[in-house]
Amino acid sequence: MTEWIRPPSLDEALAARREHPDFMLLAGGTDLMVGAIARPAPVGVIDLFGLPELSGVSRDPAGGLRLGAGTTFAALLTDDAVRTELPALWAAAREVGALQIQARATLGGNIGTSSPVGDSLPVLLALDAEVEVASSRGTRRLAYDEFCTGYRTHALGGDELIVAVHFPADIGRRVQAWRKVGTRRAQSISKVMFAASVERGADGTVTLARLAFGAVREQPIRALAGEQCLAGETPDAALAEAVAAAVLTDIAPIDDVRSTADYRRTVAGRLARRFVLSLA
Amino acid sequence: MKLRLTLNGTARQLDVHPMRRLLDVLRADLALTGSKEGCGEGECGACTVLIDGEPVNSCLVPVAQAADHEVVTVEHLADEALMSDVQAALVEFGGTQCGICTPGIAVCATVALEREPDASRERLRELLAGNLCRCTGYQLIIDALADAQAARAAAARGHGAERGTGHPGATAS
Ligand SMILES: Cc1cc2nc3c(=O)[nH]c(=O)nc-3n(C[C@H](O)[C@H](O)[C@H](O)COP(=O)(O)OP(=O)(O)OC[C@H]3O[C@@H](n4cnc5c(N)ncnc54)[C@H](O)[C@@H]3O)c2cc1C
Ligand code: FES
Ligand code: FES
Repeated sequence: MTEWIRPPSLDEALAARREHPDFMLLAGGTDLMVGAIARPAPVGVIDLFGLPELSGVSRDPAGGLRLGAGTTFAALLTDDAVRTELPALWAAAREVGALQIQARATLGGNIGTSSPVGDSLPVLLALDAEVEVASSRGTRRLAYDEFCTGYRTHALGGDELIVAVHFPADIGRRVQAWRKVGTRRAQSISKVMFAASVERGADGTVTLARLAFGAVREQPIRALAGEQCLAGETPDAALAEAVAAAVLTDIAPIDDVRSTADYRRTVAGRLARRFVLSLA
Repeated sequence: MKLRLTLNGTARQLDVHPMRRLLDVLRADLALTGSKEGCGEGECGACTVLIDGEPVNSCLVPVAQAADHEVVTVEHLADEALMSDVQAALVEFGGTQCGICTPGIAVCATVALEREPDASRERLRELLAGNLCRCTGYQLIIDALADAQAARAAAARGHGAERGTGHPGATAS
């Protein structure tokens, strides 16, 4: 029978992880439990759902928001700091699944799966978030593009847990955007996702630009050529065209059951163009 | 694995494989067959139950995760009466046809109307987006919920609510 460990503290969770690297790490189960009855039961489970030290929103000493990895999307949606300072993440949370999924699905689970269509992931890139991971050896922080190493793969060690996600202190000052394009508003997997943030100078020039996409490559990406094109400029219609053209060099979409590469290119360009126009 | 939970208001002890789906334990072991299996993949909401007041898909919850929590199924939506106002409205308006989606709709709608009593029809659709129905086309479901909502609002203003009259056991609140 599957051994079930529900650690009451983070220390005990880390100890269990060290002792049982072969146990399934389970949070809300909305990825892991899909199709689970057709697979052999795991030898053991480390059940992290509801672990207090992993749950909730707080402020770190530097003034940035710290979201516990075990925080559900439902909990993120009721948090005022998330709504006002991280509106792009709030908007993404609102479109994850529907009420039933939001009640269980955690931010850490979205990161743990690191699917190219994970809704929170382009937001982490666009908002310069850092993923805090821990083991009984210590703690480290990685930017999301260091954490995610490819198609559903990441840099988490066999004895590590995702503990939290940190955002820069002044993130609320940035203009933020989020768009998910899918077949249906709720409960649908994205064809293209877009997240962005910018800072502007007193004269309206863009002083910092972050553009990120999901579902247009094997992993969520920052559109670096697009960002370069936007930074230092004053948004207008011509710049919007230029940025839209630049992001096409950043992405490498594929044809699959949900959409075509062609459609994804068209939509990605439009999302970037509209975002820049919204700044003009 | 031995575990305890509160099920529909009563403390229960179970001895079960921890990875079994809460949905299967409810239906097969506890004879609570109100919760249905539509997809078994979290998409359709037919298996919706409440855990600590949150609507969840019981097909995605290993029973061990219900340990020490409070589970409410569709069987317990109406305290004493046969049906709650939401359930009675679904019946009256034809918001149910084959009935597979109906328990999940009733559970999710109960939460939706409690949390957002002023939700617009559009917002009600959003709140119920995790409950798929292949029969009704949703219109009649939303009609039913809007009616239950209006009856509650009228009751709160002190007007007598007529919700569910004609259905034995239906309650007004
Ligand atoms: C019907 C349905 C609709 C969905 N819709 C969306 C959607 O719109 N957008 C979207 O992005 N996703 C969607 N998902 C996918 C899923 O809900 C999300 O990826 C969710 O964030 C996963 O979180 P979880 O807590 O349920 O993860 P789990 O399934 O518990 O775990 C997922 C992975 O993360 C690992 N993990 C979890 N927590 C930690 C931790 N603290 N440290 C290290 N590893 C960890 C697990 O080991 C596992 O590999 C949907 C799923 C379903 C079934
Ligand atoms: S049976 Fe659980 S969501 Fe469809
Ligand atoms: S009544 Fe048949 S699925 Fe909704």
